[in-house]
Amino acid sequence: MSVDLATVKRVAHLARIAVSEEEAQRMMGELNGILGFVEQLGEVDVSGVEPMTSVMPMAMKERDDVVTDGSKADDVVANAPVSDRNFFLVPKVVE
Amino acid sequence: MDEPPALRDREKIRTMTDLTRLTIAEAREKLGAKEITAVELTEAYLSAIDAANGALNAYVTVTPEKARDMAKASDARIAEGKAGALEGIPLGIKDLFGTRDVHTQACSHILDGFKPKYESTVTQNLWNDGAVMLGKLNMDEFAMGSSNETSYYGAVKNPWRANGSNFDLVPGGSSGGSAAAVAAFLCAGATATDTGGSIRQPAAFTGTVGIKPTYGRCSRWGVVAFASSLDQAGPIARDVRDAAILLKSMASVDAKDTTSVDLPVPDYEKAVGQSIKGMKIGIPREYRVDGMPEEIEALWQQGIAWLKEAGAEIVDISLPHTKYALPAYYIVAPAEASSNLARYDGVRYGLRVDGKDIVDMYEKTRAAGFGKEVKRRIMIGTYVLSAGYYDAYYLQAQKVRTLIKRDFELAFDAGVDAILTPATPSSAFGIADEDLASDPVKMYLNDIFTVTVNMAGLPGIAVPAGLDHKGLPLGLQLIGKPFEEETLFKTAHVIEKAAGRFSPQKWW
Repeated sequence: MSVDLATVKRVAHLARIAVSEEEAQRMMGELNGILGFVEQLGEVDVSGVEPMTSVMPMAMKERDDVVTDGSKADDVVANAPVSDRNFFLVPKVVE
Repeated sequence: MDEPPALRDREKIRTMTDLTRLTIAEAREKLGAKEITAVELTEAYLSAIDAANGALNAYVTVTPEKARDMAKASDARIAEGKAGALEGIPLGIKDLFGTRDVHTQACSHILDGFKPKYESTVTQNLWNDGAVMLGKLNMDEFAMGSSNETSYYGAVKNPWRANGSNFDLVPGGSSGGSAAAVAAFLCAGATATDTGGSIRQPAAFTGTVGIKPTYGRCSRWGVVAFASSLDQAGPIARDVRDAAILLKSMASVDAKDTTSVDLPVPDYEKAVGQSIKGMKIGIPREYRVDGMPEEIEALWQQGIAWLKEAGAEIVDISLPHTKYALPAYYIVAPAEASSNLARYDGVRYGLRVDGKDIVDMYEKTRAAGFGKEVKRRIMIGTYVLSAGYYDAYYLQAQKVRTLIKRDFELAFDAGVDAILTPATPSSAFGIADEDLASDPVKMYLNDIFTVTVNMAGLPGIAVPAGLDHKGLPLGLQLIGKPFEEETLFKTAHVIEKAAGRFSPQKWW
């Protein structure tokens, strides 16, 4: 399978990465190179093979459903590019 | 002068040996015997970094005040007889580990100015054992790379150069800063992480020892995520014993990481020096790849001979799905990365580039914040996970992964204790190599011998085994059964004893 320019732009939008026309062109070549490389996986017979979900067979750990953390609002927003009274500020979302 | 004799002796030792040349085991002994102080040791490293970092670019941040405070506290604990396992040992920390109030950016522009309010479990374990932090080490952006050239902070120079050449070489990646700092004596040891070979390949390129432990051995809590089912932390050190000492402190069972495995951490150092007599070492025929330099094959044969001499039995084995590990990796890792890196949106931390609306802000922020290689992998990951392609790519790759793991299980079930392979298909290559820069797949082939180990979750160690015709270090890799890192330490030590240790000629 290979990707065309329109697909590259659509994927870039899905990934929320702005791309220029020139970047999209370059990415198309690179992505097709990588997709060509991974194509060989198709030749492996995987009938009856389960997909791997965990490298180590182990039961999912459980913990008590209790609050163990919190009251750290200042810490949570400490690295925010823009914040106001412990809120993250973003451009207007709802008109 | 009425100087007390103890002080004069100390002066003598300081001038006699450069303190930065001591291994962790040697420094531990001298600190315990009060021949040197943690402050002296830390000062020696801080001066070495000061003198060398401009040339090598191994550190992206140095934390001298923190280091001095920690060293003073170590000296106090040593005086009180309360020394921890790594008391007073100065370490470098890969920029992927969250360190409270200290630069943590995974060497990416998108985490601009990020200083976490928490400490990763692995680094906290080190500080609990008395280690001293010297600073944060350079790496490929988000650990995506095999040459340390994708770092926002620029390439790291390998302290090794070819004989008679002043051409700059890469230290490998992604833990290039860690490997270069250890090889150039800019820290006693370093933390690193390995998703496809990022500990073992740079260790091989710099003549250092690096171990990726079994998936689940070191907690991933507080470590910036790349590909969560593959990422594992481990140490890079000057020798096998030091790697064992460091791993013992880094590893733990952590309730904060659900993939942390509930097994006690053994005393790895005890394995160093143990006999490998009667052990069965597997030699996988599929690791003899086309175009592999003659020297790598010769090194491999030499490794086989050393292990045989030490009493191990050598058996040929087959790992038939080896060639599919790299293509499967380049689906699984980007898929997980595209999901993990979705969090960098300009809202909660790091860089923000304003836009006309919120989507425009996201897109501009991520366009400006991520480098080329990271964007490339996010794009691949987004594509293979997108509607209509999931089964063909991701599901297929995860099934192939099951087969890769099964190959290893069959070999181990047949009685093999460890597997010996080359660590890399070549020695270190040049910075800004045009051939590699123009073809991402060619760069990816660097991980051909290491990536299978991540896909199967197994432990793997890279140990220096010789120099090539250019005088550059080459490494061998040992792969073990899950949670049998001790087998790797004792076998790697046999190779180390036979091969000797390698240090670069100082040019920086």
